[in-house]
This record gives sequence, structure tokens and C-alpha cells, in this order.
Amino acid sequence: MSEEKQTKKLSIIAFSGDFDKLTAVFTLATGAAAVGYEVNLFFTFWGLDAIKLKLGRSPVGKGFLPKVFGIMMGGLKASPVSRLNFLGVSPKIFRYMMRKNNVATLEELVEAAKQLGIHFYACEMAMHILGLQKSDFIPEIKDVLGVASFLKLSEGGQTLFI
Amino acid sequence: MTYNLDVTKEHCPMTFVKTKIELNKLRKGDILNVKVIAGEPLENVPRSATEQGFNVLSVTETATPGIYNIEIEK
Repeated sequence: MSEEKQTKKLSIIAFSGDFDKLTAVFTLATGAAAVGYEVNLFFTFWGLDAIKLKLGRSPVGKGFLPKVFGIMMGGLKASPVSRLNFLGVSPKIFRYMMRKNNVATLEELVEAAKQLGIHFYACEMAMHILGLQKSDFIPEIKDVLGVASFLKLSEGGQTLFI
Repeated sequence: MTYNLDVTKEHCPMTFVKTKIELNKLRKGDILNVKVIAGEPLENVPRSATEQGFNVLSVTETATPGIYNIEIEK
């Protein structure tokens, strides 16, 4: 029998670019990393908005349509809440309520995730559709992956889709 | 060296996230005193530190009731 110590592992597919769902992604990820899990975050489709270098609305991407999407979707600071967004007012209220109640904001959680050495990956296929390149993302993005590589990475651990 | 961290105003997961980030910065033999409130942080912080190979030297209630000090050695 192997005497090797098994590392606990959590892999999260961050599909949504919604403020509340991203808060769930980074809360689970940082909590798991802090208790010793190896954590992999795989950002795909709207989840890619969370890792853009430009935090606000910016014409990121190659080509006309990707640039339009870039402006419409924006980065982390422009993420909408999944319900009752009220044209972007609700995320501001949420951030205020989080600060007031001493709960970590989404930006603080992302910063903690970087400090804890959580592995960030971007989905190659979604990047191709949206005309995005690795240089459009924060430098913590470890690699650009496809499905097969992500499955290999997440093997033997728990996987969540948010 | 001895360092101090107060997470009494923090909530899950930042109580143990901040503790882990501080522990990562320490050198072997350094000590971190973490101030926590009773309840989840008091259970989680020492348990997760022990599970990751840190040495929990003591858990004591401070002069303020409901506030505890956890002494962790790297």
C-alpha cells in the first residue's frame, strides 16, 4: 500500500460572470486552499470576465463582436448579480453591505486566492470564441487549457460547476 | 519571532484564510498568536493549522470573555 500522503483537491469550473456566483467560487476556493486543499479554478465563458486585466468595461478582444462583448460584459468590477441587478445598482449595494458587515468583498477574495497560490486556468475554446488572449487576463493565469487537460488536473478530487 | 493576528471582526472564510496567509509568511520556529471569537473560528483555525502540520501550542481565553488566543508555531 502506498504511504504517499494524499493531497485533497478541489476544482471549480467558473462558468458564470455573475457577482454572486463568483463570490461563491472565490469563497469556496479560498476556504479550501486555507485548509490545505490544492485548488484549481477553470474559467470559461462569462467566468472569463472575472480574470480580465481590465476591471471595468473595456473593448477587450480581437475583432468587432468580441470588442462589443467586452464593453457590454466588462471585467470583475462590472459583474452583475444574477437576480435583481437593477442596471448594476445591486452589486454596489452588495459591496456596501459586505463591507458594513465585515464580510470579504469579491475583490478581497480574489486577492486572497492569489496569495494562497490557487491555480487559475482559462478555457481555450471560450477564449477563441470571445477573441481573448492570455495577455488580456491577470498574470496569475497559469495556463490556457482544453477539456482534456482540465479533466486530468481535476482527477482524484472534487469538481464543482458554478 | 512572534507575530499577532486579530480575526475577531472577520467571517468565514477570512478567519482561516487570513491565518493561512500569515502562517505562509512565517519562518520555521516563528509563532503566530491569532485572536478569534468563540464558535466556528475557534474550531476551524486550530484544526486546519494542525491538519497542515503547524503546531498549536495553546488555546486560551483572553481577558475579554468570548475572545480566544490561539498560539501557533510554524
